[in-house]
Amino acid sequence: MENKKFITKLKNEYLGRTYAFACGLFIIILTLSIIFFIFTKGIATFTKDGVSLAEFLFSTVWKPEGSPKSFGALIFIAGSTLVSVGAVILSAPISVALAIFMHYISPKFGSKVLQPALELFVGIPSVVYGWLGFSILLPMLKAGFGGIGFSLLAGIIVLSVMILPTIASISADAVKVVPANYMEASYGLGATRWQTISKVIVPAAKGGILTGVVLGLARAFGEAMAVQMVIGNSIKLADGLYSSTSTLTSILAMDMGNTATGSTWNDALWSMALLLLIISFIFILIIRVIGKRGE
Amino acid sequence: MKKRSIRLMLAALAVTVVAGGFAGCSSKQEAAVSGNVTLAGSTALQPLAEQAGKDFTAKYPSAVVTVQGGGSGTGLNLVSEGTVNIGNSDVEAGKKLDASLASALVDHKVCGIGFAVVVNKNVKVDSLTAQQIQDIFTGKVTNWKEVGGQDIAIQVIHRPASSGTRATFVDTVMGGVAENDAIGTVQDSSGSVEKALTDTQGSISYLALSYITDAVKANVTPVKIDSVEATNANIKVGTYKFWSWEHMYTKGEATGATKTFLEYMVSADNKALVEKLGYISASDIK
Repeated sequence: MENKKFITKLKNEYLGRTYAFACGLFIIILTLSIIFFIFTKGIATFTKDGVSLAEFLFSTVWKPEGSPKSFGALIFIAGSTLVSVGAVILSAPISVALAIFMHYISPKFGSKVLQPALELFVGIPSVVYGWLGFSILLPMLKAGFGGIGFSLLAGIIVLSVMILPTIASISADAVKVVPANYMEASYGLGATRWQTISKVIVPAAKGGILTGVVLGLARAFGEAMAVQMVIGNSIKLADGLYSSTSTLTSILAMDMGNTATGSTWNDALWSMALLLLIISFIFILIIRVIGKRGE
Repeated sequence: MKKRSIRLMLAALAVTVVAGGFAGCSSKQEAAVSGNVTLAGSTALQPLAEQAGKDFTAKYPSAVVTVQGGGSGTGLNLVSEGTVNIGNSDVEAGKKLDASLASALVDHKVCGIGFAVVVNKNVKVDSLTAQQIQDIFTGKVTNWKEVGGQDIAIQVIHRPASSGTRATFVDTVMGGVAENDAIGTVQDSSGSVEKALTDTQGSISYLALSYITDAVKANVTPVKIDSVEATNANIKVGTYKFWSWEHMYTKGEATGATKTFLEYMVSADNKALVEKLGYISASDIK
């Protein structure tokens, strides 16, 4: 009898707990080992191959072949930054407007149509966005501006559509939890609906909205496929919105499979991966800080 | 009932994993023509390797050939580490790997592959000299009227700097002069190059002859280099220079099924397939 009780308890209690604990531990080990791996690979450029950190971060000369070789990644860093920031600038206002529309202007339409549409948006694979950009957006740009279409602008537009659902759904959650008495107080003071939205709701939901924006920025930074298909991948700094350039992720995707392990070229690509990792850490830190301030 | 099915599933999973482990090991068996041959690397060689693998298994039913892509660098890495039996590459191992690693690999030149400089359908130029091509890809010539065409800006489409096709182009056509990446755009697969060429006025790039089928020719036009047409026949007689060997590397001398497969690749049995897929049989290259 005692024994049976113990077995039941084991089944109900410890089995599940051990399993959950093992899973948790596994995730932590996995994350740490990935970080460790990328870190050791990424610093080889500087420790083993003797490329200076300043050259890697601030030089625009990327000549992995021939001599003299040069491994300046500034073109790609600038490309990634411009395309993600551009996408956020385009996408954030629309997303916030959508979030407010969904909850305060037309809640019925919002919850019945907009919400499911946004959720659907998140599920579309990035290669599909890239392909749509390639076959619909590029011809439109070409018709409008002439030239070849492959450009920073095309990358920004494709990315802004991609990150829109991320920012919009997080902003929507943020504006939803603004206490009702804030609005009642605002209306009670005689404010109009627009005044209430712009002066009360948005400031009150600022933390959540910013979190959404940073997450969108992080997603834009890490996106490879869709951007690579439309940005043109020229190894040069963009000299305007309608100029082709490269990003960290696009150069990684194009060259990783074709370079040999241990070569400086390959190590430099790992350094870019490390840089991406560090940038995403910074984004996570920013989100934490915003979250703390919100409390 | 539910628990039992979960247990069953777990058991099945365990069996699969263990069996998979054993299957992986079996490639080391030295039996005559049985076991696994694993290949990885060059995407240019992949279609031929895959089809030849199927034919090889049809001939020797107990041999299994597995082919993966991944790029020439990946193929060389994996064979050098001993993860695969054969590493496929468009370029010589010495160009990618360190000399110490490359010297451990044995080169098997299994076939040749030709390439052509191709332009957008509307470009009214059908022949370029190697010098003109060099000037175009380095950015000295920027308009088609400078090389005998109409007044349209030239839009260069490169391959990525690490691409084997690009390495061949630079060696055989550009005379070793590097392409200028600051002009034009970069596309990383034959498919994207074709699409970009089709859609972009005044564009120029290069593609493998095995890729330029009649369907592709409807979209892009191959041009002659120094008045020599880009055909496999011209490569065989040695007048057309834009081609390269396709390499299959083994770590040390090949043994067992791997050896038989490499022999099969260059055998008379496989020649019809090599030609059908647009490659050049090794025995035909002078």
